[in-house]
Amino acid sequence: MSFDDLLNIVIMQGFAGLSLFAVLLLMGLGLAIIFGQMGVINLAHGEFMTIGAYTVYLGSTLAEFISPNWVNTYFPFAIVAAFLIAFFAGWLVEWGLIRHLYQRPLDTLLATWGLSLGLQQAFRTFIGPKEVSPTLPDWIMGSWAPSEGLDIPINGMFVLALTLFVTGAVLLALHRSRWGLRVRSTVSNRAMANAVGINTQRTDRLTFSIGCGIAGVAGAAFTTIGSTGPTSGSLYIVDAFLVVTFGGAASLLGTVVSAFGIAQTQSITEFFLSGSMAKMITLSVVVLVLMLRPQGLFASKIRR
Amino acid sequence: MNTLIKLIKRYQGGSILLLTVLLALVLPLALDIFRLNLVGKYLSYGFVAIGLVMLWGYGGILSLGQGVFFGLGGYAMAMFMKLEASDPITTKIQSTPGIPDFMDWNQITELPAFWLPFKSLPLTIIAIIAVPVALAWLLSFSMFKRRVGGVYFAVITQAVALILTVAIIGQQGFTGGVNGMTDLKTIWGWDTRDDSAKYILYYLCVALLIFSIVICRWIQKGKVGTLLLAMRDKEDRVRFSGYDVADFRIFVFCLAAAMSGVGGAMFTLQVGFMSPSFVGIVPSIEMVIYAAVGGRMSLVGAVYGTLLINAGKTFFSESFPDMWLFFMAAVFILVTMVFPMGLAGLWESHVVPAWKRLFSPSLDKKTDLNSVSGMPTKLGTGVSHESI
Repeated sequence: MSFDDLLNIVIMQGFAGLSLFAVLLLMGLGLAIIFGQMGVINLAHGEFMTIGAYTVYLGSTLAEFISPNWVNTYFPFAIVAAFLIAFFAGWLVEWGLIRHLYQRPLDTLLATWGLSLGLQQAFRTFIGPKEVSPTLPDWIMGSWAPSEGLDIPINGMFVLALTLFVTGAVLLALHRSRWGLRVRSTVSNRAMANAVGINTQRTDRLTFSIGCGIAGVAGAAFTTIGSTGPTSGSLYIVDAFLVVTFGGAASLLGTVVSAFGIAQTQSITEFFLSGSMAKMITLSVVVLVLMLRPQGLFASKIRR
Repeated sequence: MNTLIKLIKRYQGGSILLLTVLLALVLPLALDIFRLNLVGKYLSYGFVAIGLVMLWGYGGILSLGQGVFFGLGGYAMAMFMKLEASDPITTKIQSTPGIPDFMDWNQITELPAFWLPFKSLPLTIIAIIAVPVALAWLLSFSMFKRRVGGVYFAVITQAVALILTVAIIGQQGFTGGVNGMTDLKTIWGWDTRDDSAKYILYYLCVALLIFSIVICRWIQKGKVGTLLLAMRDKEDRVRFSGYDVADFRIFVFCLAAAMSGVGGAMFTLQVGFMSPSFVGIVPSIEMVIYAAVGGRMSLVGAVYGTLLINAGKTFFSESFPDMWLFFMAAVFILVTMVFPMGLAGLWESHVVPAWKRLFSPSLDKKTDLNSVSGMPTKLGTGVSHESI
């Protein structure tokens, strides 16, 4: 094996880690807003991703139905639609369920688990038990080969770019917009925020919906990697929670760093061991670190 | 006799007696052995549910990983029975006789060291309780001493449930993989699958369950129970009074783990196999809902809740398999939103007052202080939104 081959393996392995990082981060972002900022445990988060994924599938079916020319252009619109649909689903759920349970976080957990069961069965009954994948536009397929023996999949790069864009947008919105200001003040002191005239109820609802919308975008992005079934959301949920908890719940930067760490650990161990062993080792390391440092990597310095 | 009645009154033994009569007399007379065996299987989940009453209702700690301890107890029992089922004579067609069949299929030629203790029944019985307790102690010691609780604890226990499932499924050669351990037949040559054995196992399960309930009730009525309630509602004040909050939480978590382990072992005995599908995240959360439906503050209620949900599950999956998850979703949402104290709470708030109005109108005005033991009128008073 020459040095070039070795370098190619290292680069491709590194990129595999990077795309896993993108996947984890995109899953974690919505949760980081809902769980990290609001403290609401939303176990139905995975199902909001599935909603996004099914939106893309719907879009592709629609595009094929109208004209084959649309197949190459529908995808960006489908992502926006995925955000909007998941956003409104989140709005409804907050209105119907979550807002009654803010005082009881552990009960929210049970209620949203019930919601996720109901949604899964609804997908199964109304859309179908089989896994579906949308017809993807040509420009997202294939791989980019800058040199001999080096293949970088385009869908991986697309997900990475989308993740960076969404992360940037969320960070910007949280620290530079009025909404971000309201969210941050509500998080640090609800009563005081209320007293200075911030409508914390509306802030909560908007925050929850935005988190769900981002989950929808994540689901839409995942259609480029794998197929979607009624229970695909539940595969991601524990990973997503671990990413957010490991990073330190109230810190978005922590979520980014922990997604990176977890992804690289997993893809490196996967290179040497079997997939299930890698997953087990990664999860165990995360749990051990959390047992030693329960506040996560980046703890916010608030007095509790 | 009088002292006995006093004792029953002090520990609210009436409901326990009623449950005992129902489980030990009414159900065996009313159901055939197949259905009774099913009830026995449900009751083995009941151990987990009463553990959750202590842990969640009294301790205010929600664990989403109780399936782990249930599974550890179940697997310990299964390993013993599997070893007995695979003696060198019955397994002589294997390339290595005397080891479980799934090991042979996975090209393992020697029994792994961690299987060796399960050749002996006494060691197995110790392991059924000791292994879950050891894991629970490890987990809870480091977490509670660092004052981690609430949702973080829930997330981490959930991760542990995922790790164990991935480990069991991934290490097929040592654990039987996704199929679990099957063909469990005998204990010391005693066939556990014929009808008389099923009756004996059912009564053993009922006896152990009632025994666990009595122990838990005794703990609840004692100092530890009072302290647990106090911690759930105002943790800081208990700490300021000089108690180490973590120690009590570790104790109650280990207690719940021990009972779950016993439940798992009873499950294996009555069902005849054990598989990772009883260990993971989904069964663990389902077990929480058993306790929630029955009433998170009521030990007896948790058993009724377990029976009810499982009977519903069996009924729905036999008649309308599609509706089952919708039904389950509705139960989860209704229980948390409309009656968070579960069936026991409805009993205390509706049936008992109506009963009293009917039979003793004079007592109407007097509020009975003893009736709702430690049930908070409003939930979550101790957990403010900011403190999460």
